[in-house]
Amino acid sequence: MAARTFTINDQLVSGREGETILEAARENGIYIPTLCHLDGVTSVGACRMCLVEIEGSRTLRPACVTQVVEGMVVHTDTERLRNYRRIIIELLFAERNHICAVCVANGHCELQNLAIAIGMDHVRFDYAFPVCEVDISHGRFGIDHNRCVLCTRCVRVCDEVEGVHTWDIAGRGADARVITDMRQPWGESTSCTSCGKCLLACPTGAIFRRGATVSEMERDPTKIAFIVAARDQRW
Amino acid sequence: MDLSELIEIAEHERASRRSIRIRCCTALGCQSAGALSLKQRLEEAATEVERQDIEVIGVGCMGLCGNGPLVMVDPDGVLYEHVRAADAPSIVAALDGGEATAPLGDPQHPFFTGQKRIVLEHSGIIDPERIESYIAAGGYQALYHVLHEMTPADVIDVITRSGLRGRGGAGYPTGLKWATVAKSHGNRKFVVCNADEGDPGAFMDRSIIESDPHKVLEGMAIAAYAVGADQGYVYVRAEYPLAIQRLQKAIAQARRLGVLGAQIFDAGFTFRVDIRVGAGAFVCGEETALMASIEGRRGQPRPRPPYPAESGLWGQPTLINNVETYANIAPIIRHGAEWFASIGTETSKGTKVFALTGKIRHTGLIEVPMGATLRQIVEEMGGGVPDGHVKAVQTGGPSGGCIPATLLDTPVDYESVQRVGSIMGSGGMVVMDDATHMVDVAHFYMEFCKDESCGKCIPCRAGTAQMLHMLDVIRAGQATPADLEQLEQLCLMVKETSLCGLGQSAPNPVLSTLKYFRAEYEALLNHNADRATTEP
Repeated sequence: MAARTFTINDQLVSGREGETILEAARENGIYIPTLCHLDGVTSVGACRMCLVEIEGSRTLRPACVTQVVEGMVVHTDTERLRNYRRIIIELLFAERNHICAVCVANGHCELQNLAIAIGMDHVRFDYAFPVCEVDISHGRFGIDHNRCVLCTRCVRVCDEVEGVHTWDIAGRGADARVITDMRQPWGESTSCTSCGKCLLACPTGAIFRRGATVSEMERDPTKIAFIVAARDQRW
Repeated sequence: MDLSELIEIAEHERASRRSIRIRCCTALGCQSAGALSLKQRLEEAATEVERQDIEVIGVGCMGLCGNGPLVMVDPDGVLYEHVRAADAPSIVAALDGGEATAPLGDPQHPFFTGQKRIVLEHSGIIDPERIESYIAAGGYQALYHVLHEMTPADVIDVITRSGLRGRGGAGYPTGLKWATVAKSHGNRKFVVCNADEGDPGAFMDRSIIESDPHKVLEGMAIAAYAVGADQGYVYVRAEYPLAIQRLQKAIAQARRLGVLGAQIFDAGFTFRVDIRVGAGAFVCGEETALMASIEGRRGQPRPRPPYPAESGLWGQPTLINNVETYANIAPIIRHGAEWFASIGTETSKGTKVFALTGKIRHTGLIEVPMGATLRQIVEEMGGGVPDGHVKAVQTGGPSGGCIPATLLDTPVDYESVQRVGSIMGSGGMVVMDDATHMVDVAHFYMEFCKDESCGKCIPCRAGTAQMLHMLDVIRAGQATPADLEQLEQLCLMVKETSLCGLGQSAPNPVLSTLKYFRAEYEALLNHNADRATTEP
C-alpha cells in the first residue's frame, strides 16, 4: 500500500493510501473531535464535529470519510472550526434534555467530554425541552430518548457487527427517533439478541443498563473495534 | 422498428388530422379547474353539429395556468380563457360565426410572444397520451439518428459543445457529467431522471412530464447510449399522480413500438425505464438521498465524494439529471450544438422554464432565453403585480433567496442570480408585493426546511429548528440586537457545516432577506427584552 505524505496543522505527517484524514491524524497524535464516528463500524459523516479545512477546497470536509491525498494541507483547529464545533455541541444540548447531574452517563459521556474539551461553559440558544419517551420494556437495557443525539452508532453496530438490524431511525428532522424493529417497545422486539453492543456504542446515557444510577454507566466502546478486528483476523 | 416505419407513423398521424382542431388543456392545473368535463362537452358539441372537419384533442400545458381551463382553436389561433363546460357549445358555434361565451385570451400578449420554446416546444400542442402525436412532431428521430449515425463520444461532444448545464439548480455542465459517467468503470451503468420537484411554487418538471413525457424518455435513451447504460429510472414524487400516469402510459407505448426495450431501432442498444415513486420527502431530490430511496433504503444523503458518476445506484456509475435537462437533449441533437449555444448568455446557454406564481397578474409557466431580465419576466410577461408594486422576487425555492425590486434588471443566468445572493434553482419564481413582510417569508421557508430536514446531520436538524425558533422570537417582538447577530452566526454555521445541499442552502432565505430587508428585522427588535421570559 502506497504511503502519502501531507500536512496537518503545519506538521508533516504520513498516511497510507485509502486511509482517512482522521485515521492518519490519530496515528500521528493529532486530536480531531468526533461524535458519530466509532471504530469498527462504517463512518457516516453526520455529526460534523470532525470537519476540517483543506487548502484549495471550497467546503469544509469531514475527516472521518475524506481520504488522504499526497501533498494536501489540512487544518484541524482553526478559530472558525472551534466556533462551529462549539455551536454544534450547544445545538445538541438545546435540542433534547441533557441534564448531566441526573444522568447515568455523567462522567463517562462523550457529549459531556466534548463540551468540556471545547470549553462550552453555557448554552447560548434557548432550550427546546421536547417531550421524549423512556423505554424500559427490555429486561436488561433501557433507551432514554431525552439523551439521544441520533449519532446512529447503535444502528450501525447492530447492523454491521451483530448483523441483526434491530435498531433503525424513524421520522425525520427534529422528530427523528432511534427505534427497535418496527417501532415497537424494545422488550417486544423479536430480532434483538440482547447482546448489548448498542450499549457499548452509545456515546451518551441514551442506551443504559437497567439498574444503573447516576454516573454508573461506564462503557468501553473500543470493545466494538476489538470484536471486529478479532473476527476479521480469524476469517 | 426502423426509420421508414417511424416516418410512416408520423405521416399517417398528420394525414388523419382534421382541419379545425380544438385543443383543450388537460394538464393538472386545468384539470383541477374542470378541464376534463369541458373536454367531454366540447367533444359532444362537435359531434352534435355533425361537421367532419372538427376534432377535439386533449393537450398538455399551454402556460397561462392562472387563467385555466384554456382552449385554443386552430388554425385561427383563437384562445379562450376561464372556459366552463357550459361554454363548450358556444365555442363550437363560434366556428360558424356565432359568439363564444368564454372570455377571449390574447395570444399576442408578451406572456406568449416573449417566450422561446425549446423544452416546451410540444407542450400544449401534442396529445401527451399518444406516442403517435409525439412522433408526428418529429419525435424519436433524434434517437434514431444517434443510434445509427453517432458514436457515444460524438453525442457527448455535441452536448458538451452545446453548453447545456444542469437544470436542477446547480448548473453543473451536462456534457462533463456525461463524460465522467462514460469513463467510469462498472458492471452496469444507470441513468436516473430526477422528477422529485419539491420547491414551493415550482411546477416546471410536473408540467413537462404531463405535457410531453416522450421527450424526457427520448432524452434519457440518448443519455443512456452516450454513457453506456441499459437501465433507467424516473424518480417522481407521489404527489404528481397525473405525471406518473402519463409516464406509465408513455413507457408502455414506447415499449410497444420498440423505441424503448431491447434492440432499439435494431441498433444493438437496449434501454429499459422504470418509474420509482417518491414517498413525500423533499430531501429525496438530493441525488444521494434519491439513490438510497431507489435502492429501497431510508432516503437520506451521504457525504460526497464518491459522486454518483463514480459510485451511484448499487455502487455502479450513475448519471442523474433533471427532467428539464433531459427535455433539452433531443432538440440539441436535432438542431445541433451551435444552434443551442447561440441562445442565451456567455456562460448560460439555451432557455430556462420558470413557474411564475405569487402576487402576479399572469400565473403560469414560461420559457425564456437565459439572460432575460427579471423585469422582462415579471413585469412584461407576467404583467406585474395587480394593484401594487413588486417588492421582491423569490427564486430557487427554499434553497434560494429574495431578490429586491431594485435589482429587477438582473439578467437571469446562473452566475448573475448567484451574485445577488439567490440561486437559479429549478425555476420557481414567487413574486411578492408591498404587503409581504420579509421576516414572514424567511419564516415560511425556514419552517419548510425544518420539516424537511432528514435529521442525519446535526447542523441541519438542530440548526433549522433553532433558526425557526429565533425567527419566532423576532416575530413576537422579544428579540434583542444580540439575538439577531446570533441568528446570522447560526446561518453561516449551518450553511458551511451541513452535510447536503438542503442544509447548506436552508439559511439562504434568511440571509438574503437580511441582506436586502434588514430594516424589517430591526423594526421588530426589542432593545429592552428580557429574554429569560421567552418560552421555547
